[in-house]
Amino acid sequence: MLITCPYCGPRDLSEYTYQGDANRTRPDPASTDQAAWNAYVYERTNPAGDHREYWQHSGGCRAHLVVIRNTLTHEISEVSFARAELNHHAAPRRITGAKA
Amino acid sequence: MALYLRSLALLAYRFGIHSGNRQRDRMAEYSAFSLLKHAFNGNKGWKPAWRKPDPKPSYDVVIVGGGGHGLATAYYLAKEHGITNVAVVEKGWLGSGNIGRNTTIVRSNYLLPESIRFYDFSVKLWENLSHDLNYNVMFSQRGVLNLAHSPSQADDYIRRGNAMLHGGGDAEWLTPDQIAKEVPGLDLSGSARFPIVGGLMQRRAGTARHDAVAWGFARGADRRGVDIIENCEVTGFLRDGDRVTGVVTSRGEIRAKKVAVAVAGSTGRVMKLAGIERLPIESHVLQAFVSESLKPFVNCVVTFGAGHLYMSQSDKGGLVFGGDIDGYNTYAQRGNLPVVEDVMSEMVAMFPSLARIRLLRSWGGVMDMSMDGSPIITKGPLPGMYLNSGWCYGGFKATPASGWTFAWTIARDEPHPINAPFTLDRFNRGILIDEKGQGATPRLH
Repeated sequence: MLITCPYCGPRDLSEYTYQGDANRTRPDPASTDQAAWNAYVYERTNPAGDHREYWQHSGGCRAHLVVIRNTLTHEISEVSFARAELNHHAAPRRITGAKA
Repeated sequence: MALYLRSLALLAYRFGIHSGNRQRDRMAEYSAFSLLKHAFNGNKGWKPAWRKPDPKPSYDVVIVGGGGHGLATAYYLAKEHGITNVAVVEKGWLGSGNIGRNTTIVRSNYLLPESIRFYDFSVKLWENLSHDLNYNVMFSQRGVLNLAHSPSQADDYIRRGNAMLHGGGDAEWLTPDQIAKEVPGLDLSGSARFPIVGGLMQRRAGTARHDAVAWGFARGADRRGVDIIENCEVTGFLRDGDRVTGVVTSRGEIRAKKVAVAVAGSTGRVMKLAGIERLPIESHVLQAFVSESLKPFVNCVVTFGAGHLYMSQSDKGGLVFGGDIDGYNTYAQRGNLPVVEDVMSEMVAMFPSLARIRLLRSWGGVMDMSMDGSPIITKGPLPGMYLNSGWCYGGFKATPASGWTFAWTIARDEPHPINAPFTLDRFNRGILIDEKGQGATPRLH
C-alpha cells in the first residue's frame, strides 16, 4: 500500500502510523452527555467501502493526514492534512514552535 | 483374531475414530467397525458428512454464518437443548472463513477472571471434543510457552500464571535451562537481542486441526437435523417493527423465530443490513504463514514476548506462525508486506537457525476487533436477534465454548453465567474486560 503524502509524495506503508477512524466527533470537553461520549470512544461505523481515517507520516515529515481509503480494495482516493480540518473546526490556537 | 481386532480398535481410538458416546442410541458413524465394514464393501457406502438441503420457508432458529462458531452453535442447540429445526446459512462454502485461516492454537492463559472462566471452559470442551463429535479434531495438548525477555515481563507473566492457577487452570514457570531442554532451537544465549529470562507454560494448551473442527461440528449438527445451507448469502433481514423475523438471502426469504448472527469479520456489514450502523467493533486483517516442511523442530507452541509472534509445527512439518494484525481497518482477506517483514524478523530473532527456511504460503483473515479485546455473546441488539462477535484474533480456541454459550443464550433467552459478562452494553456501562489494558484502540489488542 502506498500513501501519497502531500509534502513527500508517494511513500510506502511502513513509513506511516495508523491513527484510526476519522469519522468520530469529540464532544465538547465540558459535556456530560454519556451517550455522546460512549459513541465517540467506543462506537465505530466500520464501513466496507470508503473509510475516512487518520494516518501520521511518522517515518517522514511527521504530518498528520486524513486519508480516504477503500477497506475492500485498499485504494486511496484522497489525502489531505488533518491540520486544515482542525483549524476549520476548533477555536484558533497558539501556533506551537512559533517564536514570541 | 480377537486380539487383532482389539489392537485395531485401540489404534482406531488413538486416531479418534472410536465408537463415541456409548449412551448414544445409534452406532457411531465413524468407528473401527464401520471402517472394516466399508473396506469390505469397496468404501462405496460412505455418506457425505453433511447434506446439501434447500432452505425451508421457516425455522425455529436461523444462524447466519457457517464458520466454526455458527456450526458449533447449531450443534449445541441440537445436542444440549433439543432444538433441531435450525438452519445455518453460509455465504461461501463451509469453512471458507476464519475457521480455515487461523494458526490453530487453543489455550486459556488469560489474566482476568471472566476470560479465564470462559476460555478454560473451552479447553475442557476441547479435551473431549473428538469423542463428543465422533470426529477426530486432532486436539494435541502440546503446550503453549510464552517467552519473557525482561525481569518485569517475567513478573507480569508469573502474575498471569498465578491468576490462571487461582482460576482452576494450569500454569508452570520455566527457567531458561528448562526451556533449553524443551525447545532446543531457541537462542538462549545472553547475547541474544532479546535475551530469554524464562517462560510461562500452559501444558493443557495446544493445537487442533482447524478444518476438522468445522467438518466435525457440521456433521454433528447435520445428523441431528440441522440444515446447513452453503452459497446462501444474507442480503437483508425480515422485520416486523423492531423485531427481526427472518432473513432475506440469495436463495429466498427464510422466516425464523430467532435469528443468530455469528459472522466474525463481517459483523459490521451484516449488522448494517439490520439497521445497526454503529458497533464497538472494527474489522482488521491478520496474516498467517506456513513454511516448507521440516523434520520435527519444535514440539510446543512458542510465543515471542519482545514483539508479537506465535509459532508451532504442524504434523506435516510446516511451521505455522503469525504475528500482529496489519493495524488498519480492512475487509480484504489479504495483508501488506511491512507485517510480513516484521513477523519474519521476529522469528529469526527467536530461532536464528530458521533464517534460510522458505515460506510456503501466507494468507489473511478479517478479524472483528472489539474495543476491549474481548468478545460479545449476547441477546439483541434487536428483539428476535442474537449476536456473537468481537473475537479479535482469538476466535478459534473459543469455538466450542462460544457455540455452547451462544446456544444456551438463544435457547433460554438469557446468558449462561460463563458468557454473562460478555455483553454489548459493557462499554457504555464501563465494565470492560480489557486483558491488555489498551483501551478503545482495537489495533493494539
